[in-house]
Amino acid sequence: PVSLRFAVGQCGNQVGCRFWDLALREHAAVNKKGIYDEALSSFFRNVDTRSGGDGPDIYKGKICSLKARALLIDMEEGVVNEILQGPLRDVFDSKQLITDVSGSGNNWAVGHKLYGCQYRENIVEKLRKTAEHCDCLQCFFIIHSMGGGTGSGLGTFVLNLLEDEFPEVYRFVTSVYPSGEDDVITSPYNSVLAMKELNEHADCVLPIDNESLFDIVSKIHQMTNSGKLGSTVKQNSLVTSSVGSTKTVQEKPFDAMNNIVANLLLNLTSSARFEGSLNMDLNEISMNLVPFPRLHYLVSSLTPLYTLADVNVPSRKLDQMFSDAFSRDHQLIQADPKHSLYIACALLVRGNVQVSDLRRNIERLKPSLHFVSWNQEGWKTGLCSVPPVGHSHSLLALANNTCVKPTFIELKDRFMKLYKKKAHLHHYLHIDGMEQSCFAEAVSSLSDLIEEYNELDATKDGPRTDPPRLKIAV
Amino acid sequence: MSIVTVQLGQCGNQIGHEVFNAVCADVHGTHGLCSKKENESYRDACKERFFREEESEVPVARAVLVDMEPKVISQTLSIAARSGCWKYDDRSHFCQKQGSGNNWANGYSVHGPRHKEAIMNLVQKEAEKCDRLGGFFTIMSMAGGTGSGLGAFVTQCLRDAFPTSFILNHVIWPYGTGEVIVQNYNSVLTLSHLYQSSDALLVHENDVIHKICAQLMNIKQISFRDVNQVIAHQLGSVFQPSYTAEGGSCYSRNPLGDLMETLVPHPEFKMLGLRNIPQMPENSLAYSTFSWPGLLKHLRQMLIANAKMEEGIDWQVQPPRLGFSIPSSHPTNKPLHFNTSIANLVVLRGKDTHSVDLGSFRDPSLYTSWLNPQDAFNAWKTPRAFNKYEKSASLVSNSQFLLKPLDNVVGKAWNMFASKAYIHQYTKFGIEEEDFLDSFTALEQVISSYTLL
Repeated sequence: PVSLRFAVGQCGNQVGCRFWDLALREHAAVNKKGIYDEALSSFFRNVDTRSGGDGPDIYKGKICSLKARALLIDMEEGVVNEILQGPLRDVFDSKQLITDVSGSGNNWAVGHKLYGCQYRENIVEKLRKTAEHCDCLQCFFIIHSMGGGTGSGLGTFVLNLLEDEFPEVYRFVTSVYPSGEDDVITSPYNSVLAMKELNEHADCVLPIDNESLFDIVSKIHQMTNSGKLGSTVKQNSLVTSSVGSTKTVQEKPFDAMNNIVANLLLNLTSSARFEGSLNMDLNEISMNLVPFPRLHYLVSSLTPLYTLADVNVPSRKLDQMFSDAFSRDHQLIQADPKHSLYIACALLVRGNVQVSDLRRNIERLKPSLHFVSWNQEGWKTGLCSVPPVGHSHSLLALANNTCVKPTFIELKDRFMKLYKKKAHLHHYLHIDGMEQSCFAEAVSSLSDLIEEYNELDATKDGPRTDPPRLKIAV
Repeated sequence: MSIVTVQLGQCGNQIGHEVFNAVCADVHGTHGLCSKKENESYRDACKERFFREEESEVPVARAVLVDMEPKVISQTLSIAARSGCWKYDDRSHFCQKQGSGNNWANGYSVHGPRHKEAIMNLVQKEAEKCDRLGGFFTIMSMAGGTGSGLGAFVTQCLRDAFPTSFILNHVIWPYGTGEVIVQNYNSVLTLSHLYQSSDALLVHENDVIHKICAQLMNIKQISFRDVNQVIAHQLGSVFQPSYTAEGGSCYSRNPLGDLMETLVPHPEFKMLGLRNIPQMPENSLAYSTFSWPGLLKHLRQMLIANAKMEEGIDWQVQPPRLGFSIPSSHPTNKPLHFNTSIANLVVLRGKDTHSVDLGSFRDPSLYTSWLNPQDAFNAWKTPRAFNKYEKSASLVSNSQFLLKPLDNVVGKAWNMFASKAYIHQYTKFGIEEEDFLDSFTALEQVISSYTLL
């Protein structure tokens, strides 16, 4: 099944760029014969460029020219231009880009209302064209940040649009949330306005924050430079690394962090692309992890962060991988799922791991985790035979857990601080289509969401009374 | 007579493949321990039952492969072809690209009607290639979306299109602690629907087979392949050719019909459990000898005490003492944990089967009072050893074996239903709360019926 990706805004495109690079690296490692197969087709079209320009799609046989199934959208040209001049330039053609020059000024209203309106037709047309090339479109991915103007505003506009145009196709959103010390003053406004859209129109959201990514990068840095591991670490196995991809120039500061997100997206789709003894497709993730429509925020964690060069992995190390997935150090957002309430949990394992390893670890970890009363065995599992580059095995854990609540509460608090003083509101309100009620509705939507999590948390330590069963007349 | 196998979803296709492997390997094995003539008879009967000959020398499995995504079928087809021993018909499969998303409603209400014609065409073609159609064997898991939802729909279609054919559903129960979060919903919907169209449900529980792999087969890192191979062995031990009549001169040609006749006297009671003894790692076989009395003693106690395997049997459990005029519907008079049977079938394969004493299985205290003890118990035999086991005995039982597991699944599903969790995912595809309630009611009825035995 095929997915279409939308990288919106500066952050979205920078992450997107790393994603395409690492995707090519992964497929090159697996697909030695250069045949265009089903796995590749979930991310790339195979285009016959011999006749120059945009030839017809080739569905089988050798790889000719791979084109990413994506739209790159930015209201500034800097990042997209860099991509087009870099080693990935052949992966995109001009029809996949929507750019402007002046940016959105960190203003959600500019992104959503102004540019949304302006570019709607353009986006719809390009979306339809790109979708036409997909023989079985299953999923849309949006990658963006919440704190700015384009990613946040135009990104959520695209989300709405996707629901209108293709209501049956799943919408997964990877959102980078601003941290407390974000240097964009209006980021709370942008984020809360965007949250309303995510609440109402996304099927699944994977929230990420820079602080967590930064901590993971630091941790890896520490481990590899401390001399304890030194040269025994496989460089290309670092979840932050670009080794082996097309990047030959000096790595930019955010690359390591963005690689983590790129790896998240690769692992998420691995079981849909590659074979395994227990497949887990994207529509299964949404089905199993979203028990109520609005509770669709999934906390993700990736392990291991790096691999040592020794090939023989005793099961103790394997078990460590499972334990790490539940530790707060490995979460991609500042959250502690272990001490909050699990609503549902998914484990996607890659590599040489069998069902008994999976079961042993679930049994081992279960007692220390709190699951909601009606989902005591709420585990969704997948086994994919193909490990990521540089690893013999890996684990992606997705948790629908009330531990996201603090993030949302903090966001609301920061929003209220500004809103009470009406700080910077005029920048938003003078945009056509923007009214005070937009703000009121947005914060109300967020409050309702927080309340839903509160209600679940309230059940956490309560007594468990099972509902009485149906009685049958004998 | 031939059986057409319908492999549904990832689980169904992975297991189906192992079943044909096991059956083929058994037929070509050199450990038959019987005369050449017997061996040839066996081989011919097996071939007719499961395979057909085509222009290619390799026998072709009588199977239809169905899945809503392509990876598993593609793998299954190629691995089978590489075996050199048998293969699938390249055209006898149907797949889509999207999968069912573990959503029973998607499998049943969307994929089912949409692809009914294409799938039933394939089934029709396979059925027509049988000189005589003995019935259908469908393999599916209850936990996911395709095997369970589409599987239930296809079973219904089979019943409509072949009203007089036997349909046996082989149903895999998922691990208790999650493979799929909504597995209990999917299970409840599957079982209630299958009950309406199927003749019998033959059940394997992943947890049980996993234990067998760990404790009896000594496998350290157990994979799904290991689990599936044990299941295939157990199925083969029942469905490979055998003599169903005492003093029969040729292998039974109607295994499904014989099975239904002996085990399913009443449509309210369709849940069949399977036990097989002995079970051990292949490299231990050469060093082990078995006696029929020993094997049967264990098998009988496994039946009475509802033991899942030959280790850890509770020898304390005994059948109730007859001779008291207490109606058998009084559950309080039954000893705790005693497993009441409606009907049982024992299949014996290997050395000296002709002289085996099965009297202990005919004990009326094992059974409900509706059938004569001689009707409640049947035995099939063959001197031809199965899969390198010098002696092997299998038990297919219509008893309270599955009562507790069924009750567990329904309980968990009900608990989740009370909170309305995930219901929106099903209503999106046309299965409403009312449909859930109907399914719950149907299964509570089945539970109640089995409890009162």
